[in-house]
Amino acid sequence: MSEGFKLEIVNPESSFLSKEKISEVVVPAYEGDMGILKDHISIISFLRPGLMRVFEGTNEEIYYVDDGIVEFKNNCLSILTSNIFDIKKMDKNDAKDALSKAEQDSQKNDISDQKKYLLEQKIEVLRNLTLN
Amino acid sequence: MASLDDLKKRISSVKSTQKITKAMKMVAASKLRRAQESAEKGRPYSDKMNNIILNLSNSISDKENSPKLLKGSGDNKVHLCVVMTSDRGLCGGFNTNIIKKAKTYFQKILDEEKILKIITVGSKGYDQLKRTYKNNIIEKISFKESKNANYFDAEKVGKIIIDRFEKKEFDVCVIFYNQFKNVITQIPQEQQVIPLKATESEGSSSEDNYEFEPEEDEILSNLLPKNVSTQIFKAMLENSASEQGSRMSAMDNATRNAGEMVDKLTIQYNRSRQAAITKELIEIISGAESL
Repeated sequence: MSEGFKLEIVNPESSFLSKEKISEVVVPAYEGDMGILKDHISIISFLRPGLMRVFEGTNEEIYYVDDGIVEFKNNCLSILTSNIFDIKKMDKNDAKDALSKAEQDSQKNDISDQKKYLLEQKIEVLRNLTLN
Repeated sequence: MASLDDLKKRISSVKSTQKITKAMKMVAASKLRRAQESAEKGRPYSDKMNNIILNLSNSISDKENSPKLLKGSGDNKVHLCVVMTSDRGLCGGFNTNIIKKAKTYFQKILDEEKILKIITVGSKGYDQLKRTYKNNIIEKISFKESKNANYFDAEKVGKIIIDRFEKKEFDVCVIFYNQFKNVITQIPQEQQVIPLKATESEGSSSEDNYEFEPEEDEILSNLLPKNVSTQIFKAMLENSASEQGSRMSAMDNATRNAGEMVDKLTIQYNRSRQAAITKELIEIISGAESL
């Protein structure tokens, strides 16, 4: 595993991150965390709220994502997301606000099971974030 | 002929108009750069989104049961038109071009005796359409308070459209906006978002075999509502770049015209002043001769 693959994270406003030579990415896919290494099979999946880890050699960066779509093809990983934050730069108060909003939303009865599942995931991750 | 005083007033008024249009042009130019940048930055997202959906819909196995957003409601009776215009005027033919395009489409729909529903985004579009199509407008949205086009607003519009679709209020949804080509040219566009008409790229993508997790249908039903918002957002970005471009060239023209007008008026002013002097001289001379 010499070269690694290409990672592109885009959000609607702009390109958030673009890097070559990524060794591994762990994404919070809908059905569980998924590690992607070089020469992974082409895959499309979507994300649940959670933490995304990007390994570049020995470097590790962690991002929080709200939702998104992952596409891996020809050693190029594209992630489309509308909400992504670098954990180091993330404001704790923002996280708290998002947490309380998510908690409120999950109290509602008229939401689908799928949405409820996503919200629970979100609450768990955000709770961990705000504690640290 | 107007008196010297009137001409003088006229000249100064045109000059101050010119100052305003010049300032507006400058403002539009600097805003244009920013809007253009964000329009270009936003393109990868919507392009990628389109690509993924195209791949997905190619590989979907069960075409009959594919989500309604992709396939349509099976009917073609009620058309929803989302007309996206600006909130401000003084931008040349920008709004008029969209409205014109939309109106031809409306006419076509009505001629085929289908039902027409309109949502206007941006207040100028509402102002122009309310006279003729007042009864067809079901909602008007304007984002006067937000400075730049942002995804949050687009999502709001997207949600309204999806909600109405799920309530079976319409079968086909078309959006109208101006595509930014360059400062002088903006092309009014009509784009069908529901059911999705995938813009076929040259068959290259269809050969890839993807693995899907979870199933294709589930991804699609998650993705398609997002795609609507994304397309709206793209339209908003293109629109805001077009608006500034259009305003800039309109104001540039206005400034130039004002300059020409000032020149013409100045000549007229000088001529009539000279004429008045000559007249006075003749009066004096002829008065002196008669003595």
